[in-house]
Parts: sequence; structure tokens; C-alpha cells
Amino acid sequence: MRVALFITCLVDAMFPQVGKATVGLLERLGYDVDVPLQQTCCGQMHTNTGYPDQALPLVRQFADVFAGYDAVVAPSGSCVGSVRHQHAGLASRAGDAGLRRQVDAVAARTYELSEFLIDVHGTADVGAYYPHRVTYHPTCHSLRLLQVGDRPHRLLRAVRGLELVDLPGAETCCGFGGTFALKNADVSAAMLADKVEAVISTGAGVCSAGDSSCLMHIGGGLSRGDLPVRTVHLAEILAST
Amino acid sequence: MTTDLGMPAFAPRGVGHLRGDQSFPEAAREALGNKQLRSNLGRATATIRTKRAAVVAEVPDWADLRTAGAAIKDAVLADLGAQLLRLEKQVTAHGGHVHWARDANEANRIVTDLVRATGQTDVVKVKSMATQEIGLNEALAEAGIAAWETDLAELIVQLADDRPSHILVPAIHRNRTEIRDIFLREMGRAGVPAPAGLTDEPRELAEAARLHLRAKFLSAQVAISGANFAVAETGTLAVVESEGNGRMCLTLPKTLITVMGIEKLLPTWRDLEVFLQLLPRSSTGERMNPYTSMWTGVTPGDGPQEFHLVLLDNGRTATLADPDGRAALRCIRCSACLNVCPVYERTGGHAYGSVYPGPIGAVLSPQLTGVKDNPSLPFASSLCGACYDVCPVAIDIPTMLVHLRAEAVASKGMKAERAAMGGVSSLMRHPRLYGAALRMGRLGRILGRRRGVIRRLPWPMSAWTRARDLPLPPTETFRDWWVRTHGSP
Repeated sequence: MRVALFITCLVDAMFPQVGKATVGLLERLGYDVDVPLQQTCCGQMHTNTGYPDQALPLVRQFADVFAGYDAVVAPSGSCVGSVRHQHAGLASRAGDAGLRRQVDAVAARTYELSEFLIDVHGTADVGAYYPHRVTYHPTCHSLRLLQVGDRPHRLLRAVRGLELVDLPGAETCCGFGGTFALKNADVSAAMLADKVEAVISTGAGVCSAGDSSCLMHIGGGLSRGDLPVRTVHLAEILAST
Repeated sequence: MTTDLGMPAFAPRGVGHLRGDQSFPEAAREALGNKQLRSNLGRATATIRTKRAAVVAEVPDWADLRTAGAAIKDAVLADLGAQLLRLEKQVTAHGGHVHWARDANEANRIVTDLVRATGQTDVVKVKSMATQEIGLNEALAEAGIAAWETDLAELIVQLADDRPSHILVPAIHRNRTEIRDIFLREMGRAGVPAPAGLTDEPRELAEAARLHLRAKFLSAQVAISGANFAVAETGTLAVVESEGNGRMCLTLPKTLITVMGIEKLLPTWRDLEVFLQLLPRSSTGERMNPYTSMWTGVTPGDGPQEFHLVLLDNGRTATLADPDGRAALRCIRCSACLNVCPVYERTGGHAYGSVYPGPIGAVLSPQLTGVKDNPSLPFASSLCGACYDVCPVAIDIPTMLVHLRAEAVASKGMKAERAAMGGVSSLMRHPRLYGAALRMGRLGRILGRRRGVIRRLPWPMSAWTRARDLPLPPTETFRDWWVRTHGSP
């Protein structure tokens, strides 16, 4: 099986440890992982900020770069959500039927990490050990666009040493929302404050999620409040032994 | 008669309540500063959310009902012209009069003329979003006609000279102590005063409103309502409500004038079966609403003997013209999307500047007015998708918001942002340059060398660091690590 890692621009630039963990985990599970270096970004920021024309070349590029693989895996529900739910619309909007067929084919083989592990690899127990008290924020796009359901929780429950604690109001958005955090910074910050309060109330030492973007937001709030909770991506926990 | 084949018109400026004075972020900032508002809203939306979730979960075929609701609305919208003519024919055949209003100004003029013709200077009103949308009360006031709101929450809003902040619960931003104060202060000026010594007990507040309104109901000769549904097949209008005030207005006065958006139409009587399940469960979280009033034209000797139906466009045909936006016209004004929206919960309805707040308002208002007049509303969402999940007619609000954002950008200059977005996009088309640019991120480490995190960034990223830290960029990007450890670039 030819598996490609779609690293996502944010992880590439800001959170390389998440990418390394994803590679390490997939290799440990026996996959031959490739990272095509022609990849850049899914274009979600452009699409969601109102620039579909500027997103289109990135959609085309994504479809070209990942065309030859059996599976494309990304440590992000949001970026995979964009690939699966926005790329087709952007191709159609451009009136490009060929591109539409191409993106449909690639999107059908593109997986968020927990989907790949549960649905393709077929196990919740990836042999991880992580002796910490962890709470999980199920990021909006994983939850509602991809409908990953309890896949991340099943993976976490199988991790040895890990104590998973429920996050109150878990399904409420943390307020990141891409450029929303800048364009509506005050509302975003008010949403963040409530999310941070919920995280603290769990008594967990680690807040995890399947998206580095949401974790960057929650982590930014925790850090600003000098609060003793670390944000750790799901991939990093699952890669730990 | 001429046939106009141009683009259908948007809701006109200078009349009605579809546009705010401020952009959403500005208005939201003020609202966020109001602690009382946030606590009122937080408590109220949480209560309705929980109730809705419980009564929706107990319906085994909810997903099918939702699909049916969307399909019925889409079918009627695809054939709207013919269906409206069918409705007109049926209403007329049953003794009613149908008026066609292109926009808010025409609708206000028609209603004002109709009330004037009765010689009355007071009218009672059933809670209605359409008449709030067109600013009917203000238009009537200019003509010397007093319009009295009879829905409890609308009464509170009217007495306080306030604006509705929620589609279903217009006074959701008020708590009961504030309501007691408003009643004591204002009721006397509008009619029967509040009893002295009124407390903030809900039962006492409701009784004060009942006594106040009873005098209005018993003397009113003219009522004005909206409509939740109209059935083209039979010419039947329907209003669903909780309090019974609507029933009083719809049955006691001699003249009834109904103002209805043209999208409220259903093709057949049987279609009501779907919507009378979807609406109460989604809106008040009840299995069935207490009062459902239906009327077909005029019934001799029973109820109003004169009935006028005003069909309102006010930007709806323009909305219908957009294939990617028209699904907003499926909306049945249940407000489930408001109650689950994390943005609405924190800002309240006034920040949206329109009578239609929350997620549905963010897609409906800009379409009715043209996006140019409401350019900040499509951005008033984190795109979390909670609204789409609960919508009983499956309006994909997040996708529609994204579509309208593109229109907003196209309608404004946005030179700096456009240049930045274009620059980033072309950089991302060149993987080598892109890799180099990511590597440059390392320079950002200098900004946080003391604390280990970045606490302040220049504009526009300063909006981020006002409330959040940013981690230091890594010393090595992922792709550089990959090349170093797994092979050549």
C-alpha cells in the first residue's frame, strides 16, 4: 500500500513534531510512508476567507501531487475536511470537469489520521504508552464535516497508562475558525476563554485534539493564562511508546 | 403591462431592519462587554438547546423528516411563481384579498392604506418576523396608527423601545428583573398599567401582561399577523404559537391583515404534516406547540370578516436567483441555529444589525439586502457547523457562508488582503520557494526569545496576540527534517 503523508502547511511550518510523530507511528505500524515534497496547502484559508480563485491552483496542485497513492493521511480533520468537502465545489465552480473527477478520486482516498487507523488499518490499539491524564477536544471539522465520531476516543482508550477524562462542552467550537480568529478576534477570544475554562475544570495535564490549528488556539489561551496544561496532538500521543 | 427581465431587486435601503449601523465585529465587541447580556443569553440558549436535543432524539425518523422538509421547500421554490398564483386564486375564491408587495415600502404602504380604510387608529399584532423586517410599526406610527405587539416577548421589547434579539424569543437578552422594571415603568403609558408591587415571579409577570393585553384584544378592530405557512392548494394560512395571543388577534377583530414572505408557501395541505413536526421541536423544544391557528379566506359569521394577504418579496426573488444561496429560503424561522451557535450565544442578536440574527441571519440578511450592504455578516462565524446539524430543513449554512464571503470580497476592494492572499497562493504553487518561506519562519523566534513564547505581534496578527500567545516557530521545518532524514529533495 502506497501511503502519502499530507503534512499540512501549519504542521510543516509550526509543529514539525506532529509530522514526525505521524511518520513514526505509521512506520511502526508497517507502512512505507512517502512525503511528496511538491505538496503545500489544501487552500482552505483562501476558500474560507472568500478567495476561491486563489484556492483553485492549490486544489489542482493537491490533486496532482497525491494522484498516485493508495491512501493520503493527514494529521488534521480540518484540512481533510477541506479536501473532501470543498475541493469538488471549487473544481465545479471553475467549470473544470476533468479536475472535478480528479479531486473526487483523490478525496475518496484522503483520510484524517484517526479514520485511517480505525477504518483502513483496522485497529484501535496502536501499541502506544502515555502515562498522563488527558482530555480530548473533538475539533469541529473532524466532528461535523468528517463525522469521525468516537474514533479518536477509541484510540486513546487503548493507549496504556493514559487516563482519558471527559471535556465539558466538548463539542463547542474553541473559537479558532481560521481567519475568524483575526477578523472577529473578540468573539473568538470569548469562545476561547470558555474552552480554556472547560479544559482546566477537567484537571487534565494534557489537552489533545486531532488538529494543530485548534490546539495552537487553545494552547495560546492556556499559555497566556500561565495555566499548567500542555496541548499535545493525537498523533504525538499515539506515537509515544 | 411591461415585463421586467432585469435582476430582481434587493430589499431597499432606508426602510426596515435588515442592516446595522456598525460592522459585526464592532457591534460584537460592545455586546461582549455586557456581562448581564452574556449571562442571560448563556442560560437561555443552554435551556432551549437541551430541550430541543431531547425532543428531536425521540423521533425515530427525524433524518427523513428533515430530508422531506428540505425537498418540499425546494420543490415549491423551483415553482414559486405558479404556486403563488395558485395561492392567490384560492384565497380570493374564499373571500380574501391578495396584495403583491415588491418591497418593504410597497408592503408598508399597502398595509397603511388598508388600516386607514377601516378608520381605526389602533391595531393589534401577532408576532411576525416579516413585519419587523419591513419596519411596519414605524410606518404605521408615521401615519398616526398605533400598532400594539401582543406576543409577550415582543411586548417587552416594544415597551422598552428596544429591538428583538432572537427570532423566537425576541427578549432573550432580558432577564426577569429587567422585565419587571420595564413593566412597572412603561405599561401605564401604553394602556393598563402593571399592578403596584409587581415582583419578578414569572407567574406575576405573565398575569400583568395578560391584564394589559386583554384590554387591547377586546377593543381591537384590526389585527396584523405574519404567517408560518400558507398552503397553495387550499389557500390556508397558518400561525403556530405558544401563548394564545395570536389566536385572540386572529379571531376577535373584524379585519385581519397578514404580511407573509413569498417563501412561506407549501404546495399541499399534506405537507403541513412534515412541518408541524419539524417546527415546534426545533424552535421551542416542544413536541407540539400549544396553539395552531389556520384560516382560509373568510368564514361568514366566524372570525374576521375582512381578510387581506400581503405577499412580500423584499429581496427574496434576488435570493432565489442565486443557486448557491437560495436554500436560505427554506428557512422556517425556528431559530435552532441561533441556540446552538457559539458566536450568537456570546454576542446576542443585536450585533447582527438585522432582525434575522445568528447563523441564518448571517446568510439571509446579506442576500436580501445584497452582500454589499452587509459585508461583515458572512464572516460572523467560525464555520463550526453546529447550525447545519440542527437545521430542520438542512440548510448548509457553513458552505453558504463561504460562498457569500467570496461575494463580499468581490464587492469590496480589500486591496491589501487580496494582495496577501494572492501572494501566499502563488508562493504555495512553488514548492521550493514555499519551503524557503517556511524556513524563514525561524526568524520569528527572535520575537519570543525571552519568554519562550510570542506575546506580541504586529498588525494584523496583533489581533491574535491580544488574547493568545503563539508558540515559537521551530528551528527546523518538517520538510527540512524529512529531507535530512529520509532522502534528497
